[in-house]
This record gives sequence, C-alpha cells and structure tokens, in this order.
Amino acid sequence: MDIRFWNQEIETLAQKDLRQLQLTRLRELIGYAMKTPFYHKRLKKAGISSPEDIQDLEDLQKIPFTVKDDLRQAFPKGLLAVDMEQVVRIHSSSGTTGIPTVIYYTAKDLDRWTDLLARGIVATGAGPADVFQNMMSYGLFTGGLGLHYGAERVGLTVIPVGGGNTQRQLQLMRDFKTSVLHITPSYLLHIHQRMPEFRISPADLNLKKAWMGAEPHSENTRLKLQELYGIDIYNSYGLSEMNGPGVAFECAYKKDLHVWEDGYIIEIIDPATGKVLPEGQEGEVVFTNLIRHAMPLLRYRTRDLAFLHPEPCPCGRTGRRMSRITGRTDDMMIINGVNVFPSQIEEILMSIPEVGNNYQIHLTRKEGLDRLAVKVEIYSKLFTGDLSQLDALKAKINDKLRASITINSRIELHEPGALPAFEGKAKRVVDERDKL
Amino acid sequence: MAKQVTIFLENRPGRMKSISDILLEKNLNIWAFTIQDRGDFGLMKIIVDKPDQAQIVLAERGVACVLKDVLAVIVPDRPGNLEKLTTALLQKNVNIKDAYGFVCPTGKQGICYLEVENPAGIDLETVIAEHGFSILNDKELYDL
Repeated sequence: MDIRFWNQEIETLAQKDLRQLQLTRLRELIGYAMKTPFYHKRLKKAGISSPEDIQDLEDLQKIPFTVKDDLRQAFPKGLLAVDMEQVVRIHSSSGTTGIPTVIYYTAKDLDRWTDLLARGIVATGAGPADVFQNMMSYGLFTGGLGLHYGAERVGLTVIPVGGGNTQRQLQLMRDFKTSVLHITPSYLLHIHQRMPEFRISPADLNLKKAWMGAEPHSENTRLKLQELYGIDIYNSYGLSEMNGPGVAFECAYKKDLHVWEDGYIIEIIDPATGKVLPEGQEGEVVFTNLIRHAMPLLRYRTRDLAFLHPEPCPCGRTGRRMSRITGRTDDMMIINGVNVFPSQIEEILMSIPEVGNNYQIHLTRKEGLDRLAVKVEIYSKLFTGDLSQLDALKAKINDKLRASITINSRIELHEPGALPAFEGKAKRVVDERDKL
Repeated sequence: MAKQVTIFLENRPGRMKSISDILLEKNLNIWAFTIQDRGDFGLMKIIVDKPDQAQIVLAERGVACVLKDVLAVIVPDRPGNLEKLTTALLQKNVNIKDAYGFVCPTGKQGICYLEVENPAGIDLETVIAEHGFSILNDKELYDL
C-alpha cells in the first residue's frame, strides 16, 4: 500500500502529544470565544472566565453544548470574535425560520482549514499529476470551495465546474482526462445511468478516484459505485460549522474516516443525557473547532450519529477514525446533498393563505436522483373554482420552496382533510428512497 | 343566470361517489355534470335543482366548492346551432372558459352551459336572444 502524507509529523503525532496540542489550542480558542457576546455570557455562567480555567481536556465538559439554534440566535455577529476587517470570507446557510446561519473566517482560518483538506487529498493518494473535477456546488455552500483550495494547495489541476449539467461534466472528463472527482453518491450514480445517452462508458475516461460526501451512504453503495466506474472511492465528512468538508477523511485503507484531531476535538455523546460515551459506542457527534478563530464553536452538536474506532489504523495516522454517519438525532432530510428540515417546508407552506392545514413530504429516488413531492391541502374558503388559480398556486408553492431550500419539488394539491392531520403522530415525511 | 357548483376533487377512486352521496342525503337532483381533469386533481361541475343548498351542504362536509354563474342556453337540436351561438359570443369578444352541453331527447332541445369571461360586462342575454336562443334562469331550469 502506497502511504503518503501531507504533514507526516502532525498526522502521526503520538496520542499523548496530540492531546497536549489540543489542550494548548483549546485554551487559545477560549480566549477568542470570550471575545464574543454569545460565549462571554455562556462561559462566565459555566465558571470559565479565562483560558487558565481550562486545566485539562476533561474541563471541556464543563462547557455547555452549542446547537444550531444558538447560531441563529447569535445572528449576525453574536459569535464573531474578531474585527470584520480581519474576516476574509463568509459562508451561510438558509435558515429554518427565515434566520440564516453564518460562518466567518480569517485568512489564517482558511489557511489552516485548507491544510486539513490537503491532508485528506494526499491521504487518498492524489497528487499534482491528477486532474480534479470538483462537482460540488460552489458559492455559500462550503463543499465546493473547500476542496477547491485544498486541491490547489496540493497542486492538482482543478476544474471548478460545480454541480449539474451532466453532458458538460462528461465532456470535461473526456477533454481534460479528469482523474479525480468530488461528488455526492446520488449524482455519481445518476451520471453512470446517463452515460449511454452520450455514448460514453467509464472505460473511455481516465477516472481513478472520487471523494464522496455530503450524503450518508452505505458501504454497499461505495462498492457498487467503485465497480461501476472501476475507481477507488473515499468517504469525506464535514459540516460548515466545522469549516466545511475535510473534518474527517478516509485514507488509502478506506476503513472509515480519520478525524484531524489537532484541528477538532471530537466527542461522542448520549443524545438523550448529553453524557460523553465510552470510546467505540455509537452516539451523537460533538465537535469543537480548534482552528477557526473568527468564529469559535465549542462542543457543537452535529445531530449526526456515529462511533469512534479505538484501534490504530495501519496507515500510521494517529487521528482516531470515525464511522460513517449511521443516522440523525433530528428530522433533517438530505435531498440530493442539500440539508432540509421539514420545518423549513412547513414555514413556507403556512405562509401561503390558499394552503390548508395539513401537508406531507414525499421522498423518492429515480434514476439516482432524489425527488421531492410536497402534498398540500387547499384551503376551502379561498377556493375560487378556477383551474388557473390552482395552477398558479402550485407554481407559487414551488417557487417559494425553491427560494428557501434550493430544490425543485412536485406540488400535489389535495382536498381539505385528505391528508393525515397534525394532531397525534401524523407522518409528515414519507421517505421511500432505497437506502444508498 | 344559472348557478353551477364547482367542486375540487382529487383524482382517485371514490371521490365522485362521495359528492353524490352527500347530495343524495339531501335529496338534491343533479341535472348535469362534467369534470375538468388536471392530472392529480380535477374540478367537478354540477348543475343541481337547488344549487345554494347543495353548496352549503357540501361546504359543511369540508368539501372545497363554490357557486359560479354560468350561461344555460337553450339551443334547438339542429346542425349549425353551436356555430351560431359561438359566433354571437365571438363578435362580442367574449371568451368561453369552459363549456358542456347535451340534448334532452324529449324536447329535441339542447342545453349548453357556458362559463365565460365577460370583462366588458356585455348584456349576454340580449346578445344571445338576438341570435334566436334563450337563456334559462334557475327557476326555468328546475321546470325542465
């Protein structure tokens, strides 16, 4: 096995030294956190008023968890620890209740994050000879830009094409002999299904590897896609609160994802009690971001379920490996790689007067892509008896939803009272997608 | 003008029956009906002997429905009469949004129900009468 490192010293640092480095960086982070209105108040309440109050890593557990809603409450600048003049980039996501969340980065934050991505890229064996087609969305979503800069740092040739337009993607792969992709599993599957249409087969291309992320998927899906394309596929994990992609990456062994523990403190907790679980037990993943100073986040609850492998990896990296995501502790849906909460859809529907009380969200998968259908009841009192009204209503719902969740949906109109009522345990989400 | 009850219905088995069940309970008589299909749903349009009562009883059961004015035109059952009627409306630039018609075998009379857009507010009764047709009002409809 060809084992390569981007920064061998830090990637193979003994666990004891790694913990010491985490402690040093955590203290530094507490200093920044104290500068934010949000953490100043919260840490004081927890009895922490300076970095010296953190004696060892165990003291981290004195700090209350941070959740997604805290980010909304703190919008726009309640979690900002530096002057805006020092901020060089923001990423943002649309909010459940109309309030978005925002992430700030200084130039140094981006530099540190990019370095972690470089490690992941090199861990999969990619290098300057590779041509990298980045098929994740660019823009406010962190998936595109994150890997883009990581790949440039390592010296790959980057094709910053972003998502969508299958024909063009295949054209680029052929014209530039693309060897590495960054893509969601559903899109990779979709492209394969459409290849015959463009008279291309994987054998005509120069593909060697893919980094796959943004959607949970099973080992079987990886194996199937590897076989379909004849390539190696590596799992990548990240979230914008922890900078973006590259929080954890698989190495050449493809046996789950190394967390860059000098960059992040990972804890696995019991989602019900908040207690830290023994190593190896499955629970909710909690991260503390040690490398972003513009906007510190301490003990952030991801709502993702996973477990840690205690045993070392034969590649020699000492960062512990995290399993793939086995589930969620909330009702978040992942639709073609986009995170959507049912409450976002509800918010939109309930803002439209012609829509009645009940709704249902239907998810199916066709030709490798997720399809979203939203079933709504019409509101009798505003029914005019004209088809044009109903057609316009469908278009209006779809437009408003797309503006919020960026996804096209098929709108189905139903009679008042035809859908399961909210009271009791109405099933608002019906997910009929096969497990990827 | 005659009144039509326009009903929103999902396109699945049993929906038409649910409407006729409710009307039967109140002993309401259906004179004519049609369905405008739109894929997963449709609009059922009915002419009944007591449209106001029908609308109320359906609404009470949670059915999305409204009363609409329609032109009920008596057209003698002879070739060319629909052409004559539509020409009359075209001359006045009146748009027909939806229409359905049938012939009563006993009277050799045809009846055309027309949903029209008449933004200029033209007196359609007169226009139609000028072309030799007559418009039925609710009362006359019941007496058919």
